[in-house]
Amino acid sequence: MNRRKVLAGSIAVLALLASACTGTGGSSKGADAEAPDDPSEAKGSITVLTHRTDLVQDGTMKKYAAEFNKTHPGVKVEFDALTDYEGEVKIRMNTENYGDVLMIPAVIEKKDYPTFFASLGSKAERSAKYRFTDYSTVDGKVYGQSPIGVVPGFIYNKKVWSEAGVTDWPTTPADFLADLKAIRSKTDAVPYYTNFKDMWPLTQWTNVNGSVGCDTNATTKLAEGDPWARGADLRVADTLLHDIVRAGLVEKDPTTTNWEASKPRLAKGEIATMWLGSWAVVQMRDAAKQAGTDPADIGFMPFPAQQDGAFCAVTSPDYQQAVNVNSDNKEAARAWIDWFTDRSGYAEANLALSPLKDAPLPDVLKPYEEQGVKLIDLDDTKGAEVKSIDNQSEVGIYKPDYRQELVDLARGARKGSLDDFLSDLGKRWAEARASLGS
Amino acid sequence: MADTTRKAARPVPPAASAGPKRAARASRRTRFSRRLTPWLFLIAPLALLLTFTYAPIANMVAYSFTDWDGVSPELTYTGTENYTELLTRSELFEVFFVSGYYLVASVVQIVAALYFATLLSFDVRFRNFFKGVLFFPYLINGVAIGFVFLYFFQDGGTLDSVLGLLGVETDHAWLGTPFSANTSLAGVSVWRYTGLNFVLFLGAIQSIPGELYEAAEIDGAGRWHQFRHIIAPGIKPVLSLSVILSVSGSLSVFEIPYIMTGGATGTETFVIQTVKLAFQFNKTGLASAAAVVLLLIVLAVTWVQRRIVPDEKVDLV
Repeated sequence: MNRRKVLAGSIAVLALLASACTGTGGSSKGADAEAPDDPSEAKGSITVLTHRTDLVQDGTMKKYAAEFNKTHPGVKVEFDALTDYEGEVKIRMNTENYGDVLMIPAVIEKKDYPTFFASLGSKAERSAKYRFTDYSTVDGKVYGQSPIGVVPGFIYNKKVWSEAGVTDWPTTPADFLADLKAIRSKTDAVPYYTNFKDMWPLTQWTNVNGSVGCDTNATTKLAEGDPWARGADLRVADTLLHDIVRAGLVEKDPTTTNWEASKPRLAKGEIATMWLGSWAVVQMRDAAKQAGTDPADIGFMPFPAQQDGAFCAVTSPDYQQAVNVNSDNKEAARAWIDWFTDRSGYAEANLALSPLKDAPLPDVLKPYEEQGVKLIDLDDTKGAEVKSIDNQSEVGIYKPDYRQELVDLARGARKGSLDDFLSDLGKRWAEARASLGS
Repeated sequence: MADTTRKAARPVPPAASAGPKRAARASRRTRFSRRLTPWLFLIAPLALLLTFTYAPIANMVAYSFTDWDGVSPELTYTGTENYTELLTRSELFEVFFVSGYYLVASVVQIVAALYFATLLSFDVRFRNFFKGVLFFPYLINGVAIGFVFLYFFQDGGTLDSVLGLLGVETDHAWLGTPFSANTSLAGVSVWRYTGLNFVLFLGAIQSIPGELYEAAEIDGAGRWHQFRHIIAPGIKPVLSLSVILSVSGSLSVFEIPYIMTGGATGTETFVIQTVKLAFQFNKTGLASAAAVVLLLIVLAVTWVQRRIVPDEKVDLV
């Protein structure tokens, strides 16, 4: 009996100690990472944390570093590639040791940027030259810069679509459904592949936001209104996904899909369409080369909705590079970010949108230019608010769960109607907003 | 053993030359060092236990009273708010229905393990081979099992082709509906853990003295009677341990459904839900509270079980 008391007591003491330890120190707030005046003078050794494990393994990143060293001979660049980038960096950020340059993990709240990252400059100065400054601006200062921009869209196999007799991009969701039905009846291909099991491809549907209404304030609307109100962008997108699945225009068993295997299947024309983004085009073309089919068959089209006779597509940043506020070599780190953004050719290599405002559109988006697709940049001032409502409500518009439920609903593995499902999401959204506002 | 050492340590009655004072001091020192010795040996394991088991638990309990998001340097103490939220949101406990599938599966698992353990405790041909076959799945990493069975249940995967060879053409999406998916996943869990239960039972059965069987055989008892009157009572403590492990295991299923379905199509368990709260929605505080509640539920279930089936001394003779 006595011994038990001692044990219980020591656990209680430990609990107290532990709770005293949980408050992590992070007092160094608001440092700046200035660019070096003379690049050849910048010195130091920096570690770059990256999610591109593939590029580190195949030596591409080393080549970038060598190229960088030509203009910045004093800086030694090392890479730390993390497979589970989000998960590992999140834990490392509880200490001061999270590299010198890193991609801002999605989990960090915008208001905490100044505690973790050094500022790259004022918004006024940076937004003249770069895209996406909005996404990392806190109190007029910019904390990160995405090296590439992406545009959401459907990746499709041109051959399959033309076999089905479709040559023009569909302009309404109804047209799109009709085209998929034509593919089903005239070809052997799976008209649409959900990638249900791998989950993250379903989250891409949230990027429709802005494309339907062609509204640069789409994010603000999410924060202030019901994302699933009649005619709202997300409702249009989710309804289309629901209808595609309901009409049986998807793979036979969504629960065992396989992302890696889907790439060659799309290239070979076994799959006709997937909703992803411009970033996926390069991967699909590689898959086509490996499968021995023509990479030019991989096409890219915008969401089937038009405003005033024109398609709209939203540009959005990838992971944004930032400088660790605790870094000892902020100048060198800043030099790396500037070089990587402006001169590395990383965006071109990935067939992605350049973060520089005056750069020409990449090859992949040439058809967009020809068809007069309007590229719009969303205003992200309310981005942080949308994220907190999203987390608070546990709806997860950037998470796969609710869309998995939507697909289950559409294929009859879950009871209920689409209207009820979407209005329930809207209700939870509104409740979360109300609880955060108070 | 302990008794004899203590006797040896007892000071020898003071001889005339050695002063009584000195002997007393020496004995106090030896007594102290003797008391200290076991603790010196225990330092390493205790330090490991405290750092890697109790400190994280204490930390988790501490987090459960805060609104921490898992990364922000700011965290505020919110009292029992997380627990109130948890207990007032009944939908968070609906996932325990999923545990029902695993509970039923664990009954199957225990029966199967018991059957094989009994069978293989008798003199069967190739018994060591079969022991290996049965125990093997338990040695495989849970994540690997998840991936293997993903291919197994795929459309046109291993299961479908095996059934095809047997002439059964099913066009069933094994992970397609909540019932089918949960049953399939519970089946995987049976496949994985039967080996563990089997080894536990086999060990217990083999510790029963062989003379008892001989005596029983002379008395004319068959295999069933041997099982009913010798084996079953003989392994009762191990059996009740297995049941406790199964129940707490069913309540906290994680790896297999997480890898195979990620909790989609109604396969979400309480632990998956907790992980999602913590790492998707950044509600580390609430998730810690959920973990504490799960711990309490498991403890309570175990306690109730011990009350209903008390641990008795087994006396076969």
